[in-house]
Amino acid sequence: MDVMEKLTILTDAAKYDAACTSSGAQRGRRPGYVGNTSSSVAGCCHTFSGDGRCVTLLKVLMTNCCVYDCKYCVNRCSNDTRRAVFTPEELAELTIQFYRRNYIEGLFLSSGVLVSPDYTTERMIRCLELLREGRRFNGYIHAKAIPGTSPELVTRLGLLADRLSVNIELPSERGLAALAPNKTRKAIFRPMGLIKNTLLENREELVKYRHTPRFAPAGQSTQMIIGATEDSDRHILSLTQSLYDRYRLKRVFYSAYVPVAENTLLPSLDTKPPLLREHRLYQADWLLRFYGFRAEELLDESEPNFNTLVDPKCGWALRHPEFFPVEVNTASREELLRVPGMGVKSVGRVLYARRARQLDHSDLKKLGVVMKRAQYFLTCKGKLLDGLKLRQDSILRNLIAAERPSLPQAEAEQLSLFGQAG
Amino acid sequence: MEAIYRYDGTFEGFLCCVFDSYVYQEYPIQFQDPDHLAGSLFPSRSVGTDHSHAQRVLASLGKIDPYARELAVKGFLTCAPERERLLYTFIRALYDIGQPLLRQLSHEAVLPVLKAVRHLDGEVHLLRGFVRFSEFEGTLAGEIRPKNRVLPLLRPHFCDRMYNEVFLLYDRTHREALVHRPGQWAIVPLESFQMAAPSAAEAQYRRLWKRFYDTIEIEARRNPKLRMSKMPKRYWDTMTEFQDEACFLAGTEQLPEGAGR
Ligand code: SF4
Repeated sequence: MDVMEKLTILTDAAKYDAACTSSGAQRGRRPGYVGNTSSSVAGCCHTFSGDGRCVTLLKVLMTNCCVYDCKYCVNRCSNDTRRAVFTPEELAELTIQFYRRNYIEGLFLSSGVLVSPDYTTERMIRCLELLREGRRFNGYIHAKAIPGTSPELVTRLGLLADRLSVNIELPSERGLAALAPNKTRKAIFRPMGLIKNTLLENREELVKYRHTPRFAPAGQSTQMIIGATEDSDRHILSLTQSLYDRYRLKRVFYSAYVPVAENTLLPSLDTKPPLLREHRLYQADWLLRFYGFRAEELLDESEPNFNTLVDPKCGWALRHPEFFPVEVNTASREELLRVPGMGVKSVGRVLYARRARQLDHSDLKKLGVVMKRAQYFLTCKGKLLDGLKLRQDSILRNLIAAERPSLPQAEAEQLSLFGQAG
Repeated sequence: MEAIYRYDGTFEGFLCCVFDSYVYQEYPIQFQDPDHLAGSLFPSRSVGTDHSHAQRVLASLGKIDPYARELAVKGFLTCAPERERLLYTFIRALYDIGQPLLRQLSHEAVLPVLKAVRHLDGEVHLLRGFVRFSEFEGTLAGEIRPKNRVLPLLRPHFCDRMYNEVFLLYDRTHREALVHRPGQWAIVPLESFQMAAPSAAEAQYRRLWKRFYDTIEIEARRNPKLRMSKMPKRYWDTMTEFQDEACFLAGTEQLPEGAGR
């Protein structure tokens, strides 16, 4: 089988994994080596695929052969599909040549389970060793740690990669038991804990010995499939929160389930991927990471799922009228960040600008505040915007209308379905 | 007094306009580079470029705040209409008000410069990813068609990333090229540049990339509008994955004249 065919099969088999960022590892050039990872700090999209997703890395599987039978996965052993395996040489050459042409920032290597987790990981290590040492590749590498791999091998993998990830895939034990009979929650969290501890030890050693080899300098991430099981948004978001807290994950990715198999335990084949739900979860995840929100503030037992009509931040604001309005000229950074329509950047600009003089409503728009949303929640020098009507229902209607154009097309279409009721 | 300033079109030349306007106590209302067709009712002055004058102006900006200097340098690279006039207004206000002006982000002398620089920074950010190189016997060559003069800002990025490579990056809009070999670089004017037909190996990598690009899309999520908003169409014509068939054929297997188009 030629490389073109292998690339086609192994890309097709890898594309449902959501993680494709390359953030967090800064490594400058090295004489005699190919590339760096310095643009990875800001994240660098090399293109956008037809579905509008950012393409940063050559995202492929080493092989789509798999001895497991996860029901939601195209690569499950019971699926009748063409199989292929990259040789280390083929993969190294592709990565280097794509990288030199500025097609990609690096490699995202994952794999089906060939023979056993250890056997597979050893092969992945051989690929990465050839790329790093043989071909002197200094760009970004994200490698998947397969649950059930022995700790020594995970450590070796982490010394070759910038980032490791272990996919949770299904947000609950029940889901796993039903849909991924070969996986257990424990088998997933064990490598995650191991990676966390190795990262911490490595940081300490780096302080003591400058030349300690670096273990996964960009940390670890994971992904969850959304909509293959019944789990609520609240469950998913609390899990996310605990992953950030306890395992110090850098990112949690969500992937709207695309039906790939007919199975009574799964949504039927004509189900549309729940893109709006995925979008809301990413918005909420953003609030956890950059806006100082906690999962339990955003959702609770009485409201276990996100409102499809307004984004999570607006939702929170509408439920907490006692918090508003916020006075732009005196509020703290934390308070400003809770105002809908104000982002990390515009809050930064407001804090900077207001040290020169008191700000008016007319200044805010120029500073990048989205006034259509923010106007209901703030005052300037103690005053609300002139002529503003503060009726709960009209606020809601206007907030929904304000977000609509910024929702990607598919989401907006789904939204109009929900919108019919109101 | 108001006047029209003619200068050589370089950043140094522009800084000398600032210098001279203070010497002669004039307020330049328009700046004309050599490409500009002359003819106006206003008095005009030809400003000669003097390296030491330019340096003094630049140093004075840096002394007010390094950020002020950065805005001036970057502002000159932008494609804002009348960028010289915007920058002149900004610099003048800066001399009057001093460093606190920089905090007045919505000030009429500051905001247009900030907006133009944000547009420039945005384009630089996108192009870091969207630039495509092709290999010709060991040398890499690429081409872009940006709105702003991005090469000076792309330069550190690509020279670091491609430290061991010999490469050329051509800006078709501004007709200049960044050329690099290990340890050395230059940005030089270049009237025209035509990429040669690809070798068999080069054509094969283009095909592999195109195949990867086509395969990585999840059809059930297709969303051309979202793609367009992230990657405006004006960048597509220099990106490998959006080229037509001929781009993927090696020089020796080119389609005969007129076929396939
Ligand atoms: S182990 Fe991974 S590749 Fe194999 S069936 Fe399960 S999800 Fe798919």
